Amino acid sequence: MILLNLQKRLQSAAGEMLLEVNCEIEAGQFVTLYGVSGVGKTSTLRMLAGLMQADSGSIQVDGKTWLDSSKKINIPPQERGIAYVFQDYALFPNMSVRQNLAFALPKNQDKRIISELIDLMELGALQNRKPATLSGGQQQRVALARALVQSPRILLLDEPLAALDRKIRLKLQDYLLQVHRQFQLTTILISHDIGEISKLSDRVLVLEAGKIIKDGIPAEIFINKPLSGKFQFIGEVLHIEVQEVIFIVTVLIQNTLVKVVAQADEVENLAIGDKVVVASKAFNPILYKV
Amino acid sequence: MLDWQPLILTFQLAFITTLILLFVAIPLAYWLVHTHSRMKPIIETLVSMPLVLPPTVLGFYFLLAFSPNNAFGAWLDDWLGVRLVFSFTGLVLASVLYSLPFMVHPIQAGLAALPKSLSEAAYLMGKSKLTTLRAVQLPNIRPALITGMVLSFAHTVGEFGVVLMIGGNIPGKTKVASIAIYDEVEALNYGAANVYSLILFALSFCILLLVYMVNGNYFSGNRQL
Repeated sequence: MILLNLQKRLQSAAGEMLLEVNCEIEAGQFVTLYGVSGVGKTSTLRMLAGLMQADSGSIQVDGKTWLDSSKKINIPPQERGIAYVFQDYALFPNMSVRQNLAFALPKNQDKRIISELIDLMELGALQNRKPATLSGGQQQRVALARALVQSPRILLLDEPLAALDRKIRLKLQDYLLQVHRQFQLTTILISHDIGEISKLSDRVLVLEAGKIIKDGIPAEIFINKPLSGKFQFIGEVLHIEVQEVIFIVTVLIQNTLVKVVAQADEVENLAIGDKVVVASKAFNPILYKV
Repeated sequence: MLDWQPLILTFQLAFITTLILLFVAIPLAYWLVHTHSRMKPIIETLVSMPLVLPPTVLGFYFLLAFSPNNAFGAWLDDWLGVRLVFSFTGLVLASVLYSLPFMVHPIQAGLAALPKSLSEAAYLMGKSKLTTLRAVQLPNIRPALITGMVLSFAHTVGEFGVVLMIGGNIPGKTKVASIAIYDEVEALNYGAANVYSLILFALSFCILLLVYMVNGNYFSGNRQL
């Protein structure tokens, strides 16, 4: 259980902003921080990790006080036992893949976890290479493996998949979900990708101008209208074409292309790249055994 | 027959100076990169002073400070038994200060250019600042360390004014190559002066060439064009 109550003045592009985060995160949850750039998502993670100092507030994790500005308690990042995957991966360029993992191993810990994680992340063939010789997706897998070597309770992910192409991103999402469950982590992710958030997280906190303005499960947050049907997917509009009096909208859901027939008034507010919900009401899907 | 003593002395001085500078400059550069102290601009200015100041100014104040006739020099003489004027030890100390910016600046620039996330990642792994510096930060600024070492070495070889002021011209103790050249010219011994000069010229050229080649990645085969 993580209890956050943080205040911090930040300089943002729009001038000074007061970041005020107040929330409870249960152990084992997969929580996503969502919001436009500069609303304080990264600052929140950095304060939780102890890399940035809050102006005032408190952090409690599993009953232990990490930060209490009124009592002048502030545990350094070294003692927080947090694993953090940075946006730029922060792999040590002077060390090979295996050495990167070995460096992260806490003292007196069983070394077998290094080989286990190399196998789990399919890094066996790359283990003696230097990070600079790896592709983005490979570096990301190393960063995730290195974070898990610490056997952390809490995993913080700062837009870890943003720089990767869709196919690799989908694969890494599966890895994330797998390790979150297997290692029983409390995971906090920063992401802009609604599809990714819906797939991974149990809960979304939406930040705006330094405050949490929405808190709920992804479906509640991203689908404004309550729908009676359960058959719904989130996708991205790739193409809109006119055919006589109707429109054909091509939507990418995960990695499947779906063509949806739409009326003029539905298409009016849609642009290429928009996130949409594809849903069906009063509808009976047919199941085939394969 | 050429007297090799001044050349040997020059390289002894440069080697010892570079070694000491390495140990002085790393903590100093680290502090300059990480501090928020108001003293920072003052310390930075002091470190850079030898770049603009005539070496004779530095040498002159050293001479005053270290002279056994003055309080500090007398204290050193009485309590530690070292006399820094006209001695090799004094030369080393003066050279360290004189070449300080040549070691501090590359290391400071190298540390500042490293992504902050590297050291932060190490801290979150429970590593101390010292371990992080030793295992992560320093190995990743190797070109800056090499540049600093080579430039300090070369700059110490090229010293003249400071040495003349504080070291004098004692054969085997403070008579380095640059002084020897001056000496030979004074004695109209142009042949010997030429040999010393040529050796210094060739060595300095090779050393600087090495720096540019290392930093231009000419050796690793993945040169950026």
